[in-house]
Amino acid sequence: MTMSATPVAAPPDGLLRRLSDVLVVRRGFYLMLLLVPPLLWLGVVYLGSLFALLAQSFFSIDEFSGTIVEEPTLKTYGELLQPANLDIIVRTVLLSTVVTLLAILIAFPIAYYAARYARGRVKALFYVAVMMPLWSSYLVKVYAWKLLLAKEGAVGWVMNAAGAASLLDGWLSLPLVGGPSLSVSYTGMVLVFLYLWTPFMVLPIQAALERVPGSLIEAAGDLGADPGQTFRTVVLPLALPGVVAGSIFTFSLTLGDYIVPQIVGPSSLILGQVVYTQQGNAGNIPLAAAFSVVPVLIMGLFLTVAKRMGAFDAL
Amino acid sequence: MTDARSPLALKIVAGLGLLFLHLPLAFIILYAFTTEDRSYAFPPPGLTAKWFAVAWERPDVWEALALSVKVAALSTAMALVLGTLAAAALARTKFFGREAVSLLLILPIALPGIITGIALRAAFSLADIPYSFWTIVLGHATFCIVVVYNNAVARFRRLSPSLVEASMDLGADGFQTFRHVILPSIGTALLAGGMLAFALSFDEVIVTTFTAGQQRTLPIWMLGELLRPRQRPVTNVVAVVVIAVTALPILAAYYLTREGEAVAGGGK
Repeated sequence: MTMSATPVAAPPDGLLRRLSDVLVVRRGFYLMLLLVPPLLWLGVVYLGSLFALLAQSFFSIDEFSGTIVEEPTLKTYGELLQPANLDIIVRTVLLSTVVTLLAILIAFPIAYYAARYARGRVKALFYVAVMMPLWSSYLVKVYAWKLLLAKEGAVGWVMNAAGAASLLDGWLSLPLVGGPSLSVSYTGMVLVFLYLWTPFMVLPIQAALERVPGSLIEAAGDLGADPGQTFRTVVLPLALPGVVAGSIFTFSLTLGDYIVPQIVGPSSLILGQVVYTQQGNAGNIPLAAAFSVVPVLIMGLFLTVAKRMGAFDAL
Repeated sequence: MTDARSPLALKIVAGLGLLFLHLPLAFIILYAFTTEDRSYAFPPPGLTAKWFAVAWERPDVWEALALSVKVAALSTAMALVLGTLAAAALARTKFFGREAVSLLLILPIALPGIITGIALRAAFSLADIPYSFWTIVLGHATFCIVVVYNNAVARFRRLSPSLVEASMDLGADGFQTFRHVILPSIGTALLAGGMLAFALSFDEVIVTTFTAGQQRTLPIWMLGELLRPRQRPVTNVVAVVVIAVTALPILAAYYLTREGEAVAGGGK
């Protein structure tokens, strides 16, 4: 921007001027004026809704009439702690953890290359290459994987063509990760989640890595650290806030998803699906609400730790 | 942080990672042209462009598209106002409760979408609000605010306070300073944030399933087709259109924020 001298009219001593003066002098009042609209919106619409949700979780459902009894009770939470429901929670948390860890593994090299080696056009290309899949349609991406993973789909065809069909069959015959086909196995589900969320991991890690001063790395080298030591003791700790920031997204997004497991994956339910079916077909809003308090608590814990590690600045 | 050479292994791993992120989208485009309309058979037995014509004739697709555009436009407009105000307030200030406010801003995207969705639904049902176009916008605007905020706050931080002070010293009042100094500096960041918010709203499905009654946005239409397919190739065509509609604003947003890296006076 060039600082050409835009002719600014001599300020009239009008109402605007006086209002402006008040705002400049009384910073607190000015801040308040700025903050009131967004805080009203988020406070009323968003926090209000969260409290409505919390309130619902203390209601219960009348087993005979199927209507909601609007009296505070812990009955619904008792139901939540039944073994079958605890299983769902544990399974979902494990799944989210696995997805997050694998996403770090895939994202780190991309982010590292983009931050440390890519320059000029290559760097711009890398950035766009990560942004495009991040922002392209969620459903389109899930759908693409349905095409790829289906029994007659592309992955199977490629495996056949490469003569690795037996490898795929071997993997599918394994317990837990396997299944009748990729599109109805945990392997397929984890692949889709990874595909969906990995870009969310790349960008914060890259941002954190870019803030590591080159002089620190040179200093480590000058002091006799080999590249591996430099990486472990200098780069990695400084990149950690970025990793944690990225994990907020990958973890939270997996924790609450209910569409991917509906389309790809085994028949056992994960948390999001239960919330969805309980509030929808079953009409049991209190149980759905109690279920959704779980991710709120988990993310609350996660965000507290993340904030301590300075991950918010890496977002 | 600069290094002249990059290890070959790192190059390969990073390249494979990018390949993983892009190949599936290419398949969708391929499948939009397949002559096979029942299964996901690969490779496609033949190629045709007729599904684009078929999709063009479908009124349900057009209705869903129109609703999505309307919802996204309105949510973006609201998010632009609220997100910019929040960014202006938080960019360079320290006050009691600042941390809480910034947490509140990122909460709608930090918590799973299903929470935002079901929370809004619980609130609507407790307050007896009927589902409508407006309930969808309410949900979308809530999580779009943070996108605008993120873009705007970064630019506000780069905007040198001395520029604002100079403007005031030269006799401009606060509103003139906003119009002549601040707005030109943050304009492209707002445009970029707005475009990203638009893309986010246009694509949102999880929150929408909870806040839409009978209305079908384009993603809801697609979800219906995924779970109960009618004409698969038409879904493929719509998917390609959706890729295009979301990709263009994102590329534009990228170029807008890139050129804003050096806001005048920002380096001081």
